Amino acid sequence: MTDGAVIASFLEATVRIATPLAMAALGETVTQRSGVINVGVEGAMLSGALASAMAGAGTHSAFAGFMAGALAGAAVAAVFAMFVLVTRGDQIVVGTAITLGATGATGAIYRAAFGQAGAALTLPTVAPAGIPILSAIPVIGHALFRQPVPTYLLYAIAPALWWFLMRTQPGLAVRAAGESPHAAQAAGIRVNRLRWLAIVFGGAMAGFAGATLVLAQAGTFAERMTAGRGFIAIAIVVLGRWNPLGVALAALVFGAASALQFALQALGYAVPYQFFLMAPYVVSLLALGGVGGRARAPEALGKAW
Amino acid sequence: MTDFLLASLVRATPLLIVGLAVALAFRAGIWNIGAEGQFYAGAVVATWLGTRLGASSPLVFVLLVPASAALAGALWAGVPALLRARFGVLEVITTIMLNFIAEYLVSFLVHGPLQEAGKTYPQSDPVADAARLGPLVEGARLTWALPFAVLLAVAVWIMLTRTRPGFALRAAGANPEAARVSGRIRVLRVTTVAFLASGAIAGLAGAAEVSGVTFALYERLSPGYGYTAIAVALLARLHPLGVIASALAFGALEAGAAALQRSWGIPSVTVYAVEALVILLIVAAERRVRRADD
Repeated sequence: MTDGAVIASFLEATVRIATPLAMAALGETVTQRSGVINVGVEGAMLSGALASAMAGAGTHSAFAGFMAGALAGAAVAAVFAMFVLVTRGDQIVVGTAITLGATGATGAIYRAAFGQAGAALTLPTVAPAGIPILSAIPVIGHALFRQPVPTYLLYAIAPALWWFLMRTQPGLAVRAAGESPHAAQAAGIRVNRLRWLAIVFGGAMAGFAGATLVLAQAGTFAERMTAGRGFIAIAIVVLGRWNPLGVALAALVFGAASALQFALQALGYAVPYQFFLMAPYVVSLLALGGVGGRARAPEALGKAW
Repeated sequence: MTDFLLASLVRATPLLIVGLAVALAFRAGIWNIGAEGQFYAGAVVATWLGTRLGASSPLVFVLLVPASAALAGALWAGVPALLRARFGVLEVITTIMLNFIAEYLVSFLVHGPLQEAGKTYPQSDPVADAARLGPLVEGARLTWALPFAVLLAVAVWIMLTRTRPGFALRAAGANPEAARVSGRIRVLRVTTVAFLASGAIAGLAGAAEVSGVTFALYERLSPGYGYTAIAVALLARLHPLGVIASALAFGALEAGAAALQRSWGIPSVTVYAVEALVILLIVAAERRVRRADD
């Protein structure tokens, strides 16, 4: 491969890997802006992945698969919301339980539905779709404009969420619920109802991200296939400083860290593959250490009120 | 039946030790979800010493392995502890990140520097005979680690309830702001030490597993002990002596799940769903207790 081709494929992999991360992180951004940290986002993503595989295999429709993924993620997040908002359990404890439960449940359901060995699934996958003219731009053309549809959705969702949170009245209410729930309530904002919506939205985005992994990337489901991407999404939220545009950029950083694997292999560097698999987590730690000190989380994040 | 009982106790041993690690951290208000990684840190060190040290006296191993494994666990917890103390980074995320890093590191080690001499299987050589813990029951993999773990639970309980550092730890965990303004408790220092101690205990569990049960290191050595331990600690309501009982309960649950998988084909991952349910039920029950208190 020529150097130019290596760079182009590195960028293409960066955007591809960043897509589900950004999707889940943008959802979690809204959740956290409302004052709730949902560590169960990993579980919502995994559930979305399985639901999209089952719906996709059943209906042969990728669209149905994506919808099922988003629905499953929303449903899992609704369970989290119930235990956090109604039962007022600790957010970390409940979120951990949700992820644990989703790991067990998806494993059991998958084996019950597809057998011990996990019969080869025939899923309706979505292939990369090139946008005419734009995808012909050298170097970055394929990376940005020859991707599966979910990537293009992000180009709309990230700025839309920024506009919603920063420029609209309901967005202000969400931020108020996350900064100072008591003051928000006194101002007539129904904090718990907003948090419900923010949590379920975050779950739907995570579920959609899981569906993207299955239907646009792996082409199949495997147990624990999210492999911590939900947790990385939470690190991305911090790195992006709870700002949807920053979060989208931060997701690219993580995509690049993972994509290095392909670039270095193409250039003939022999590094044990485990170190590549480790890379996004190491980058998370470095990023959190570097940014964590300066980024300011929503004041009421993680606290019941 | 005896087999099932022994299998339950073998499973309960790491759950008890790691459960104590989690309970200690949670008591201090530290969300250490990283016991899994700290467990692996201890397991790696125990394997390294057990396969490479070349000493023939069990005494060397008895002294060296637990101390080194505890240190490794504390160091592995030290990264998130430092990030938390220095930069205020949420330990929930960093500890989970380090779990994944630990798993990949183990994978690398058993494919590389620590791989068995034949270079065929992704696992380490067995540890030397002198590095193995003696069995409590002939023929079973139940070792002295279990009574040690029970003693450890008692020690943690005494420390928490009967000593000044224990009081400081509970105060810092229950209400850090009040502890700080009291002027007598250095909250950051107390919580950081608790974090490191939690890691050290989890590291000990890793060493006990390698030295007493598996005798070798391989991928997925831990079937998620670090995560199950969270359920164990919460079921005990973070009480060190309660952890003994809940570890036995979960040990039986996991041994039962393994048996069910063998004879009925029910996947053992289902156990995670049961554990999640237990945690959520505890959360709901505590809500009712709180209401009754009002």
